[in-house]
Amino acid sequence: MKTKSAVLIAIGALILILTFFFPLWTIDLDAPQYPEGLGLRIWLNEISGLRPNDLQNINGLNHYIGMKVIEPDAIPEMDIMPYIMVFMILFGLLNAYLRNKNLIYIWLILFVILGAIGIYDFYMWAYDYGHNLNPNAPIKVPGMTYMPPILGSKQLLNISAQSYPSVATFIILISILLNVAALYIGREKKNA
Amino acid sequence: MKNISKKFLFVALGTLFVVVLAYVGCNQSKSSLSGNEAERVYVAPGNYDEFYLFTSGGFNGQMGVMGLPSGRHFKTISVFSQNPETGYGYSEETKAMLNTTYGFIPWDDAHHPELSMTDGVPDGRFIFINGNNTPRVARIDLKEFETKEIIEIPNSAGNHGSPFVTENTEYIVASTRFSVPIPQSDVPISSYKENFKGTISFIKLDPQTEKMNLEFQIIVPGFDYDLAHAGKGPSHDWAFFTSYNSEQANTLLEINASKNDKDFIAAVNWKKAEQYLKEGKAKTVDAEYYRNYIDDKTHTAVSQLNKQVKVLDPKDCPGMIYYLPTPKSPHGVDVDPTGQYIVAGGKLATVIPVHSFDKMIKAIEGKQFDGEVNGIPILKYDAVVAGEVSNPGLGPLHTEFDGNGYAYTSSFISSEIVKWKLGTWEVVDRIPTYYSIGHLCIPGGDSKKPWGKYVVALNKITKDRYLPTGPELTQSAQLIDITGDKMKLLLDFPTIGEPHYAQAIPAEILMKNSQKIYKIEENGNPYAVKSEKDTRVERKGNEVHVYMSAIRSHFSPDNIEGIKVGDVVYFHVTNLEQDWDIPHGFAMKGMNNAELLIMPGQTLSIKWEPKKVGVFPFYCSDFCSALHQEMQGYIRVSPANSNVQLSYSLGK
Repeated sequence: MKTKSAVLIAIGALILILTFFFPLWTIDLDAPQYPEGLGLRIWLNEISGLRPNDLQNINGLNHYIGMKVIEPDAIPEMDIMPYIMVFMILFGLLNAYLRNKNLIYIWLILFVILGAIGIYDFYMWAYDYGHNLNPNAPIKVPGMTYMPPILGSKQLLNISAQSYPSVATFIILISILLNVAALYIGREKKNA
Repeated sequence: MKNISKKFLFVALGTLFVVVLAYVGCNQSKSSLSGNEAERVYVAPGNYDEFYLFTSGGFNGQMGVMGLPSGRHFKTISVFSQNPETGYGYSEETKAMLNTTYGFIPWDDAHHPELSMTDGVPDGRFIFINGNNTPRVARIDLKEFETKEIIEIPNSAGNHGSPFVTENTEYIVASTRFSVPIPQSDVPISSYKENFKGTISFIKLDPQTEKMNLEFQIIVPGFDYDLAHAGKGPSHDWAFFTSYNSEQANTLLEINASKNDKDFIAAVNWKKAEQYLKEGKAKTVDAEYYRNYIDDKTHTAVSQLNKQVKVLDPKDCPGMIYYLPTPKSPHGVDVDPTGQYIVAGGKLATVIPVHSFDKMIKAIEGKQFDGEVNGIPILKYDAVVAGEVSNPGLGPLHTEFDGNGYAYTSSFISSEIVKWKLGTWEVVDRIPTYYSIGHLCIPGGDSKKPWGKYVVALNKITKDRYLPTGPELTQSAQLIDITGDKMKLLLDFPTIGEPHYAQAIPAEILMKNSQKIYKIEENGNPYAVKSEKDTRVERKGNEVHVYMSAIRSHFSPDNIEGIKVGDVVYFHVTNLEQDWDIPHGFAMKGMNNAELLIMPGQTLSIKWEPKKVGVFPFYCSDFCSALHQEMQGYIRVSPANSNVQLSYSLGK
């Protein structure tokens, strides 16, 4: 493989460091009483509010409809994800050094599978929060569940929720594309 | 022919119709408004006003916060008066704010809001206001719009000439309206001339702690000291105080204090006073006075009794104070944006005298004196006066400036604002006010850089301007446009209490700093609970402390038993919300006290002494949420000798 490919793979690995500093996903909420909005930011290792007290205030509102309290410390995935990311960075750097095509394929497939699992997991949590409601909730609307959207926007009673991937997710996509590009540039020409 | 006469008839009828309409129109409209006044004051729903206006509450002891140009009222800041609406002056955390050397006083008469300044321009940190009746000065924080400190002023009576700040808020000044025996003593009132004295006080604002301290007082002849303003620019080191009753009358002042042709403006060189203070020229005298302040950590008022004050006597301090003779019982004294002109409102005078700061300094250097009073040299009138504004209206009181070379003086008796030019002293415009204007306010109008867009007339009488409400009518202000050559009345609007004086500041200076919540993790009140888990009830003898939390939509605990008649119960209620604009109220049936209105993250405590056996409800009095009406609880009160155990619960 060419040096050019190795450089792309190294960059692809190194930019993943940025995923520790940007959120993966954003969920923004709008309601008549919240003209300034409320927001959640989902990171590799935590869930935070957009502003200092947003998480607490979202939990406060959620208790009326019987949703569970969102406690970032109680989500085990958030403890594992940073290690997985560190592993993928080191794996990527190793690939840049070894320039082994098969290992790069493995890296790519592994990352896509991990990403799919991540989104599925996110879906499962969202489903659980939205459907497993406290039967003693003060506000019960027959037939109503409160699963936030994974992608796009959804009206939940007085609240409009918008959910979209954020910077860290795009960094991961760029990292994957860089590896694909490295494979493409580094392909061996049959007639050479 | 027929057609022509028909046409004529039409024209004639049409003309008659127009004439009648015009006549009816004229009769119905009291005001002579024309043009786009409505547009000029209309702030569309959801939009913001351009200026904050702070109006004194006068005899209600509070301060109004309003918007300009709309005249909308946003908040009433509790200052010197108890307010059962919020619990101010009732709650354990705020009661001590109203302590004085006369004990707890639930009221005062608040006259003059004054914004803190940096480089002679309002900086939006604080606003001060005086308590006129029991002499005090309050400092209000403009992040919270709450009173943070109140300092009592000893050796004073009727703290009217206050609280005006120096160019960088180094000092807040205060002069006594009533002269009194100093120290207080049992003497005949008729011994006024020998025993009664006045004081001018300098309260220092510590630049680091931003707390007030009565740095020194100057003892002055026993006149009535009325109003004040500090210098700026060239006159930075000076502060000016009007006085009347130089006749030293102690009875029927309306006649006896109106005899002298001229009274005085006292010009005090506070830099020189500081120097004399350093040199040890001050006498330390016994004088008790309170300083009450809200502790930054515990958010609880602390009362500090001070016992001494430093007093400077002009006799020992040459060059510290001079008298500028000023016609006929001057009321206001206002310094123009350049710091050069000192304008007096000689309320019984036929002209507005304007003193020149430069001429004053020259007169002092040239010793152009015209006698002295108790060691205070009187400067010659002709040596200090820069000019006189002729025909200024009757009863000129106060002057503000637009920053474009014009001054605006309120005339009480002729009920008008008179606009005149600095330097030429000619009157260029006048506009009637409805009725009997006292102070007037241009945003930044007493500063170095006025935002000269409007002048607000603060009127004493409203008579027929509003729907009548029995003998007591609303107090009122009027908004006048001053951007053109002619002043233009835009709006009448009611105010709270009596708007003696007001100050205005561009909204953008304050808005960005306005606090939304108190951070619960920074709540250092010893009775706070940081979460519902910490809520509890503790008994100490017959004292019961309820550590209660409030969050949408419940109190914790909400069932309490084991309280007995004769107990003294303290409810310490912490609002656990960290969301903007979600206060909770706390109201207890039969409590001989106020309610509490608790802001997010705040803890307030209220004392309840149950007198009857039974089960008594309490509830949230601020509609907080969809289930606000469910936000309630019960307390069981048993007889004094009962064996019911103390217990408390939530959701059991």
